[in-house]
Amino acid sequence: MSKLCVVVGGGMVAHRFVEALRARDDADEWRVTVLAEEPRPPYDRVALTSYFENRDPELLNLGEKHLWTDPMVRLRKRSKVASIDPAAHTVTTEAGMSHAYDALVLATGSYAFQPPVPGHELPGCFVYRTIDDVAALRGYVEKLQERHPERTVRGAVIGGGLLGLEAAGALKKLGAASTVVEFAPRLMPLQVDDGGGEALKRLIEDTGVEVRTATATAAIKGRTAVEKMTFNDGSAIDVDVVIFATGVRPRDELARDAGLEVGERGGVVVDDGCRTADPDIFAIGEVACIQGRVWGLVGPGYTMAEVAVDQLLGKAGTFTGGDLSTKLKLLGVDVASFGDAFGTTEGALSVVYTDPIAGVYKKLVLSDDARTLLGGILVGDASAYASLRPMVGRPLGADPAAYLMPAGAEGGAPQGELPDDAGVCSCNNVTAGAIRCAVTEGGCTDLAGVKACTKAGTSCGSCLPLVKKLLVAEMEKTGATVSNALCEHFELSRAQLFDAVRITGLTTFSEIIARHGRGRGCDICKPVVASILASLGNGHILTGEQASLQDTNDHVLANIQKDGTYSVVPRVPGGEITPDGLIVIGQIARDFGLYTKITGGQRIDMFGARIDQLPLIWRRLVDAGFESGHAYGKALRTVKSCVGSTWCRYGVQDSVALAVDLELRYRGLRSPHKIKLGVSGCARECAEARGKDVGVIATDKGWNLYVGGNGGFTPRHAVLLAEDLTTEELVRTIDRFLMYYVRTADRLQRTAAWLESIDGGLDHVRAVILDDSLGIAEDLDASMARHVAGYRDEWRDVLEDPGKLARFAGFVNAADAVDDNLRYVGERGQLRPATDADREAGTEIVDSERRTVLVAGTTLPIGGPR
Amino acid sequence: MTAPVNPVCLLADLLPERPVAALVDGRQVAVVRLHDDRVVAVGMWDPFARANVMARGLVGSALVNGEEVPVLFSPMYKQAFDLRTGVCLSDPDKALGTWDVLVVDGRVSVGAQLTDEAPLRHADVRLARAG
Repeated sequence: MSKLCVVVGGGMVAHRFVEALRARDDADEWRVTVLAEEPRPPYDRVALTSYFENRDPELLNLGEKHLWTDPMVRLRKRSKVASIDPAAHTVTTEAGMSHAYDALVLATGSYAFQPPVPGHELPGCFVYRTIDDVAALRGYVEKLQERHPERTVRGAVIGGGLLGLEAAGALKKLGAASTVVEFAPRLMPLQVDDGGGEALKRLIEDTGVEVRTATATAAIKGRTAVEKMTFNDGSAIDVDVVIFATGVRPRDELARDAGLEVGERGGVVVDDGCRTADPDIFAIGEVACIQGRVWGLVGPGYTMAEVAVDQLLGKAGTFTGGDLSTKLKLLGVDVASFGDAFGTTEGALSVVYTDPIAGVYKKLVLSDDARTLLGGILVGDASAYASLRPMVGRPLGADPAAYLMPAGAEGGAPQGELPDDAGVCSCNNVTAGAIRCAVTEGGCTDLAGVKACTKAGTSCGSCLPLVKKLLVAEMEKTGATVSNALCEHFELSRAQLFDAVRITGLTTFSEIIARHGRGRGCDICKPVVASILASLGNGHILTGEQASLQDTNDHVLANIQKDGTYSVVPRVPGGEITPDGLIVIGQIARDFGLYTKITGGQRIDMFGARIDQLPLIWRRLVDAGFESGHAYGKALRTVKSCVGSTWCRYGVQDSVALAVDLELRYRGLRSPHKIKLGVSGCARECAEARGKDVGVIATDKGWNLYVGGNGGFTPRHAVLLAEDLTTEELVRTIDRFLMYYVRTADRLQRTAAWLESIDGGLDHVRAVILDDSLGIAEDLDASMARHVAGYRDEWRDVLEDPGKLARFAGFVNAADAVDDNLRYVGERGQLRPATDADREAGTEIVDSERRTVLVAGTTLPIGGPR
Repeated sequence: MTAPVNPVCLLADLLPERPVAALVDGRQVAVVRLHDDRVVAVGMWDPFARANVMARGLVGSALVNGEEVPVLFSPMYKQAFDLRTGVCLSDPDKALGTWDVLVVDGRVSVGAQLTDEAPLRHADVRLARAG
């Protein structure tokens, strides 16, 4: 019989505790019940602000859903615990439910502290801690905006720390003006020094947020709601909303009432094993006072969760100290602070680099012999963080100044060999050694594998560049040099091959493989070469030798189905279609007896066409003004749109017109994987554009451009690349983004994975396409211009070329014969391929001419012969 | 070799490494002109996908025991079949079957089936003429 562990609290640390316990409790020693106060499963509080962008609280949920369906785990939402009875080993919820426990884990976290400023209870005062807080803030601001459309809503944030700046960013995202009021003489006083604070203030002010440091709030005033704030220096400002970001306090009241010891400044006192004086009660995360202090970051909380699991399983894990290092992007400004950032170690020296024009401040703190790195502060450019933080406490092995130079001044930061015990991912406590081990023993060969195996980089992601470097270095060391080889015929990667073909100007596979590869190619390299040649504009994809390179679908310009027939998806740019167009498609489908279905990309898919029927169907489409579409290719698939401002009462731009233009511009563009676009006419996002490789969302000033989204197996939301673009700027930016992707991505790598794997990530891509950091923008523009000018209807071209058309015969020596294995049955008023069971049953089966077989004399059930 | 020989097409009709489908004695075969102009024929039936599709696959090469041999890839699930033997490289229990091919004066004819497809198929997959 397993024992019962009760966890009080349903936050991030509680989640990690349950996850770790289930992962390591092989003998099912413990059942676990989580009593959570909030009405939702644990979510990512660190990413709270992203709620303003995606508005879907479920996206913040942590971890795998199956954790909560595990029979050994019970999650009780809306179950706030009211008391603990240590003697009886029970807890009681506010609703009066009693839960017995063998072990109790307190993970109640913190509450947002509101100083007793007069007026702090007025409507319009908020804290910033939970999804409900954030939702309430948003509702309040939106209501004010509706009531006062003539002016901007004014917000203020009390507290200029990490959370305060986060909240100011939230106000900005809501379209409100914001002022940050900080009592200390600088912003983020706990993380940065005066120099860093100064640089930070300038950068924050550049984003349009007002900053008042060394300012104490005297009162918040208003008749029925917040109207004004007054300060101790006698000044005042008009405000509509005030957010308190003045720190958090541990929620230790349950422990106090149960007679457990609490720290001087709050927090349940525990030993290094996270155990209170009562051996059956643990405390972890922000509510725990461990080694004399409370840790307000998720990293140490996760470590405590792991320690408590160790203890429950009878192992010897202890808490050996937390890492207060942080790297954040606040209001678009990079800030990082790590180790002994303030140089409090005796004899500590510091090296400082400042560039007031670029708004960069960097400081490294070193030991008295200037060799060992003790800590540092990075403001404005924190790119060196990932490589520096793990070096804390170790000899730097190079001129410290080299780490501080701007990223452009390559060779960049020197790369010392990181010791195995150096921490790389502080969120999940993963060392360099663990990452190396995942490669050498775990058999991981890519970033995704290492992430899944070690959890490194799965929380904040700031260490991913370093994880990738370690992975590459380790693979090179094990001899199995990280192979970029496309396949057994080409040593080159797709990107290298693309460049080689572009520069040499070779146009046939035979020449390319003779020069760069060996053998006669395969199902991997042939389609890649076909795609590269098509991207570079090499005529019709079925011309000459190119015809023998095309994979299954490109081979016949349609989408193969399980029985060897094809589906045809007429292009309907932007999803806009006339009633006559609908009728034509319907008539074609009826005449050929095709099964029809509406696709996710706003198209009509017609299934069950034999290869010899394809040209006949295309002829009908062409005659009616349609073309077939690339619904099958590694190419632009569709541009999906909502109806936009022409009809919708909320639309702010004509999303349909833009979608049609984009689809006609990029149709036929061959790429490493399929590309999907979406255009939404307002922020309600009905076109689901952020689930696309390129998503465009209308604003009242123009268009916001998002990139790197996809649905499918690993859904991703696209991330913001640029804001408020004019249509012309938007099109140029998409041109460059797509061309750069086409040139540099791996085979079958969609934009999301490409952005993750390319050196420098999104920032690099943004620099290349918006600031022309590689000097290739003009070339990318020219490539796209060539593509647009060179586009032809590939299906019409087949119809007009007898040589190509001849290849669509069913059999080379029997033009009229058809595949006798094709059999169909009726279902819900249409035909579908017959299964083996249907064939055995033998009734109501038709062949590919839709003639009934096996049952003599019966008329056609569905669909007629043409 | 007394099997009837079926004229199929001209060599010039065949694009190197792009197979075509042909009907030979009621059986569907994929006729492949290799890069070096040799012509081979294998069965159309893809034993994995269970559909007559092999003529729509890609032709290439693979290293087998150190030798670069011609292969045909299934257009459905991409298994590679050795074009010399018809046998699947990753699963030797599956094979396409091979047919005798004659090229005389630029005319391609397909003769008798030389090796069996595997698993063996029954006679109910004969072809009917449309009309």
